[in-house]
Amino acid sequence: MNPAQPALTATANPITLADLTSTELRARLRHGELVLRSGPIRMAIRCERDEVAAALWLLYSDYPIEAPGGFADFHVHLRGTDLLRRWIKPQIIFEHDGHAPFLALPQPQAFALLEWGMNWCIANYCHQYLMAHAAVVERNGFAAILPAPPGSGKSTLCAALVHRGWRLLSDEMTLIDPASCNILGLARPINLKNASIDIMRSFAPDAVFGPIVPDTKKGTVAHLRAPRESIQRVDETARPRWIIFPRYEAGAAPTLTPMPKHSAFLQLAENAFNYAALGRQGFEVLGEVIDMSDCLHFRYSQLDDAIAIFDELAVHAAAQDRSGVAA
Amino acid sequence: MKTDSLLLLMRDTSQATSFTLGDWDQVIRLARVANVLARLAEDLAVAGLLEQVPQAPRDHLIAARLLGQRQRMAGLAEIERVRDALAASKLPTVLLKGGAYLAANLSLSRGRMFGDIDLLFRREDLPEAESTLILHGWNSGAVSDYDQRYYRQWMHELPPLTHIKRHSVLDVHHNILPATARHPPDAKLLLEQAQELPDMPGVFVLCPADMVLHSACHLFHEGELGNGLRDLSDLDRLLRHFGRQDGFWATLSERAGLLHLRRPLCYAVRMCTTMLGTPVPNDIVRELRRFGGLRLSLMDAIYQRALRADHPLSNDRWTPLARWSLYVRAHWLRMPPHLLAAHLARKIWFRWTGMPEYPTNEDEVPEQH
Repeated sequence: MNPAQPALTATANPITLADLTSTELRARLRHGELVLRSGPIRMAIRCERDEVAAALWLLYSDYPIEAPGGFADFHVHLRGTDLLRRWIKPQIIFEHDGHAPFLALPQPQAFALLEWGMNWCIANYCHQYLMAHAAVVERNGFAAILPAPPGSGKSTLCAALVHRGWRLLSDEMTLIDPASCNILGLARPINLKNASIDIMRSFAPDAVFGPIVPDTKKGTVAHLRAPRESIQRVDETARPRWIIFPRYEAGAAPTLTPMPKHSAFLQLAENAFNYAALGRQGFEVLGEVIDMSDCLHFRYSQLDDAIAIFDELAVHAAAQDRSGVAA
Repeated sequence: MKTDSLLLLMRDTSQATSFTLGDWDQVIRLARVANVLARLAEDLAVAGLLEQVPQAPRDHLIAARLLGQRQRMAGLAEIERVRDALAASKLPTVLLKGGAYLAANLSLSRGRMFGDIDLLFRREDLPEAESTLILHGWNSGAVSDYDQRYYRQWMHELPPLTHIKRHSVLDVHHNILPATARHPPDAKLLLEQAQELPDMPGVFVLCPADMVLHSACHLFHEGELGNGLRDLSDLDRLLRHFGRQDGFWATLSERAGLLHLRRPLCYAVRMCTTMLGTPVPNDIVRELRRFGGLRLSLMDAIYQRALRADHPLSNDRWTPLARWSLYVRAHWLRMPPHLLAAHLARKIWFRWTGMPEYPTNEDEVPEQH
């Protein structure tokens, strides 16, 4: 079986956000009629703030948009708080269909809040998938899942890989279809923090960043635009092939260490938002994903070394696939 | 009033086949706000229509259904733990509402989401029940002295008990209406008629008529209708289910008189029939009309708004007023005027000053990865 299967029938030339004029974009945003599609998820976004429109323009221009009045998975609204706050330390609040899951944040964090809020919607409601907090990238139809706690360099590694030939499925959330165990892509912007931002700037000088937001709870954050090809191929699913737990360690030589499958299972389960909610199904799907994947620890300090190692893995997997050896 | 595709679907599941994607967009949002998404998914699955729903909305139905099925398992396991804990003190486990529907395996329990397990005890058993439950890990966490007194002196329940490890919440009642209400029903009458479940020895539920009456008095005495449509749909299903049994309607009418609950039953029957098309014998509708009070058509207009999903898609300009008036009415029914005045003054004071009445941890800070 060809591991890469289109998950949804996409129209040949969908209208993208770039087809709107900036006036049209702002008008749609004002009325909650900007319906952005990233993979299987349609987000109807409402926001009157120009800087958010500008950030969307910068980071989401290649995403298909849908005509208002159809179906959106989530209706989100980013708005200012009360009148007094409009003048003194203005704040911004994220609402999903009238419900605010988070406290308000300072206004300069508006776009980051929108990104986090949209992630929250998916993590909180999309139990039709097994969801793991992990980055996931693809090569030749095979997916490498990178689960890791914040600070392990997961997003940096993911950003580097997708600028060197790997396809971005997701930087934040791995969606696994329980029926097939295939991975669905979102291809949303990559969230980078602190030093990673400058590292990526020098690693990929052509990379496009959204607003740089200092002083968030986790320091300075910025969102990196997803490669165009990843966005255009977002509906191609991928077969789980590797589960790699990355760890950045200053000065470390790149090392891959095989990991016992039972401990990979437990660690991936710990990173799966809705593992418990899915009960037996969650257990079975996770088990299958582990069965079909090589489970590895990966220590690295240089991104170029890391990419060489990942490319070797991809070449090896492709050769195995051609000679018909079961993964 | 606005047309409401969710109500349409709740009245008649087969409407699903004619819905556009735009209709589904509304239905999913309204059903999520009203906490009936899982129930809707179960209805569509039973009718064999779930597979015909377009994929994007169907995914949300599937997701909600999975959570509902998971909660069902967890709920049953927790009920058995409560039963075992209480059995040690020779106390019966009498379940109310969601927990009762689940344990009795009534069809309305499919996809019915509930947060707390409601229990009913004789008032004299309350201290022992409370200490037994505390011994088994259910504690009333951070509740202010004022709230402790509010519950214990005036209300018909204890402050909620939360399990220290599993975080399950028990609401321990000694009646179904506050002690301060004008005509509280006699809880002994309810307990006398409670029925032991054949599949769960030691677990009891109210008799069918009392189950309906409790659901009605809960919905039509309460002022906060966050789950109003879900609860109305409970009543609709209880009436449809038990209404087919011989003698049910006569018993219902008799028990309503005995328990002083004719008025909430009157509202329940009116709202079920008008909003959800529940079949109710005509003589019952006529008989109950007398107990609806003088402003029955005003109450109809208020409830028809307040019992919908609380969402801009189904609210009209009168909805906020309708909800507010029910909030005030609920307090009026709950306490004599001098207590009410003192209680509301205290609430308003805390709201104005922005001081927390007691520490809450409801607000989350977004995860920032």
